[in-house]
Amino acid sequence: MSDTSHGTGGLMFDKSKRQWPNELNVLAALILIILIFEALGAYFMGQSLLFDTRDRFDSIFNEARLRIIIIQVAIVGIIALGVTQVIITAGIDLSSGSVLGATAMICMSFAQVGEVNGSPNPKAIFGPAFLDLPVIVPLLVGLGCGIAAGIVNGIFVAFFRIPPFIATLGMMLFARGVAQWWSSGNPVSFPTEAYAVIGQGMNPVIIFLGLAVLFHLIMNYTIYGKHTYAIGSNEAAARMSGINVPRHLVLVYAIAGMLAGLSAVILTSKNLTAQSGMGLSYELDAIAMAVIGGVSLFGGRGSIIGTVIGALIIGVITSGFTFLRLGAFYQEMVLGCIIVGAVALDQWQQKRAAARA
Amino acid sequence: MSDIILETRGLTKHYGGVHALENANFTLNKGEHVAIMGDNGAGKSTFVRQITGVEQRTRGTVMFDGQEVHFAGPLDAREAGIETVFQTLALADDLNVPDNLFLGREKTKLNFLGPFRLLDYKGMREETLAGLDKTGVKIPNIKNTIAHMSGGQRQCVAIARTATFASKLTIMDEPTAALGVQETAQVENIIRTLKDQGEPLILVSHNMRQVFDLVDRIVVFRRGRICANLRKEDTDGQDVVAYITGAKTQEGYEDAA
Repeated sequence: MSDTSHGTGGLMFDKSKRQWPNELNVLAALILIILIFEALGAYFMGQSLLFDTRDRFDSIFNEARLRIIIIQVAIVGIIALGVTQVIITAGIDLSSGSVLGATAMICMSFAQVGEVNGSPNPKAIFGPAFLDLPVIVPLLVGLGCGIAAGIVNGIFVAFFRIPPFIATLGMMLFARGVAQWWSSGNPVSFPTEAYAVIGQGMNPVIIFLGLAVLFHLIMNYTIYGKHTYAIGSNEAAARMSGINVPRHLVLVYAIAGMLAGLSAVILTSKNLTAQSGMGLSYELDAIAMAVIGGVSLFGGRGSIIGTVIGALIIGVITSGFTFLRLGAFYQEMVLGCIIVGAVALDQWQQKRAAARA
Repeated sequence: MSDIILETRGLTKHYGGVHALENANFTLNKGEHVAIMGDNGAGKSTFVRQITGVEQRTRGTVMFDGQEVHFAGPLDAREAGIETVFQTLALADDLNVPDNLFLGREKTKLNFLGPFRLLDYKGMREETLAGLDKTGVKIPNIKNTIAHMSGGQRQCVAIARTATFASKLTIMDEPTAALGVQETAQVENIIRTLKDQGEPLILVSHNMRQVFDLVDRIVVFRRGRICANLRKEDTDGQDVVAYITGAKTQEGYEDAA
């Protein structure tokens, strides 16, 4: 029960109870992690992680490394934008990595060129009628596959009341099977030049940041965003208030699927090939980004900004370990600890906030 | 047009073999505040759940605003104009006050955008302040999330929500059961405001003082039946307790004994 000894009925506005935006905590964690790597780098390597310490150049930052940090998280980051929305509804999406794999195989089949070095494309999946198609075709096929998978997830979660963990676990296995079945495990290669542009250079980063801004606005300023938070916060209340909860959930899962499909297009375009194992465990990386970014697995809390910072934290850690010439296994151990630590910290803060309220 | 806003005839609800509500005949006039009292398990909440469409009645008719109604769910009832404050508050903890007040009926702009239409934060904020003003609720910072509020503030938000939207009937199921003295006083102030505005109310309560302070008429339930229908002027606390415990039964309700 609240403390009613001050004000009228506990109605005083206590400034100390004011909420501190959670994103600032995540940003502080990012800065702290960078500082740790800078300190370790200076001590063990005699170098800086992010700043340029070489004499020959006069730039402030080590731009090559900054670019690598953000490029390597951009594609999983796009998935994480969708996963964030799903988690805010108190759901989970385990299928995004496999959906990426299946979509990669399918959309790449519509992006192939007719001739490679003067001879017919040896990897062609379809007949000549489906070669050298305009770039919009594989793009739409990719988005469509993702949306279809998302809608199926959403229907099972919203209408058949199957727990999101199980529904998307089933989709994860199914989609991976589709990816392997599509071309009997063979890679699909040789895309058209126009298709290869999508994932070139910094394009994945531009798409990632553009989508992040778009979904930040959508989550904060549209009825879609408000209902997403409301459902995650109290589904019964949302239903009682007249929100069409099942329809909204299908929409959320469809958007998450679409973003996984888009990632497939970008990844295949960047790698110039599609393989059935693509996107393996991306779903867990995406969930990790969201969770580190302060998205609550219990629903209702979290933000796109948080997830973007979470993605940067993972990027910095990955680059940092490479920079310190430590093996990938250390990196995974540390990431595991950070994820659990982030959730534990969040729980502790919630408990403290509840005790004060 | 009659003065009766709500009327039930022979309203009955059986849960399997349990007769939770038996043959309840109840009327509520426009602008009238009625309290429903009774011991635990007397059928008070069951009665409310049949009217608000949370459950489907076994038998009987419900007339609301001159028409017979069959609410398929609480949403239907709300659309017809019955606003209910449930014992378990239907609030989203992670949203702030205007968001909760307008949950499910947000004011929006650019409506051609479908599910991505923009929220009219300014309009909702202004109407929220007006609504809180109308009900006399004082919440220092309406941008605070519900999770950061005290029990009384939450209850006030829930009640303000029903009062902000012009409703034809407000039902409150033990609105002050878990509140402190001052918070209770605030909720009671809101109820008085509703009375002044001529909005009819059904108040389910155990609090004798509160009931005598606030309402015009007291209906007593006992073992699933209505056993008394008392005007406040004709009765007192001891009398009501006698009806609740079964020491007395009003004329015309003998079958309830």
